[in-house]
Amino acid sequence: MDASIVGRSFPPPAPFEVTEAALADFAASVGQSYDGGPAPLTFPIVPAFAAMMGFLAAEEIDLSRVVHGEQKFSYERPVVVGDLLSVTLTVATLRQIGGNDIVGTTSAVTDADGALVCTGTATLVHRGVEEAEQ
Amino acid sequence: MSDFETRTYSVTRADLVAYAAASGDHNPIHQDEEIARSVGLPGVIAHGMFTLALVARYLGECGVATGDVSELGGKFVKPVVVPAEGAEVTMTGSARVDGDETVVAVEVLCDGAKVFGPRGAQARLRA
Repeated sequence: MDASIVGRSFPPPAPFEVTEAALADFAASVGQSYDGGPAPLTFPIVPAFAAMMGFLAAEEIDLSRVVHGEQKFSYERPVVVGDLLSVTLTVATLRQIGGNDIVGTTSAVTDADGALVCTGTATLVHRGVEEAEQ
Repeated sequence: MSDFETRTYSVTRADLVAYAAASGDHNPIHQDEEIARSVGLPGVIAHGMFTLALVARYLGECGVATGDVSELGGKFVKPVVVPAEGAEVTMTGSARVDGDETVVAVEVLCDGAKVFGPRGAQARLRA
């Protein structure tokens, strides 16, 4: 990955509509039941992940070589059913260590009014081919 | 510093399949042993975000209201390896006051090793 990528933003994928079914499936997959109210705290990763996939596709990076190193969400308000979320991902930092790219990203999650719902910051470790094959 | 009760959660490969479907994260390292090993991992590993979602569940079960959380995050320092027979993670939260806010650190252990470092997954609660 080239250092010129730092500071670049990637256009948001199509807005993500938060449905009760999506929240129920997400909650059930970690052994919870969704019974109305705010979405599970980590649910914003769903649209954020889609935005990350757009970034990986643009950079021709194979997802199976990517490991999640760090993730944080800062919340302005909880996600609720009916939200239409858009995510703009920006590459904040890039370090190269031992053939791996360590990419820091910031994902702004906004609602249909353009108001910030939460911000996700992530560190992605892109494992270099040479290292993996040793 | 006050401690929350310790809770243990089982993690199976079926859970990871369900989480992949619900989250859209179909990275094969969370489902396919061969692919996971081919990229240098010890085997199928849980999505880091699966484990962080479990932390959020744990916080809820300890009485933390979702709307009170202003930040949640963690550094994934050791993958949760999920063999065919499944794995277990153990969580213990401790709360401390930081100015007007409360910070809850959740130590997550799998096979005796810390999954999040250095002080566990962290949640910041609004005053």
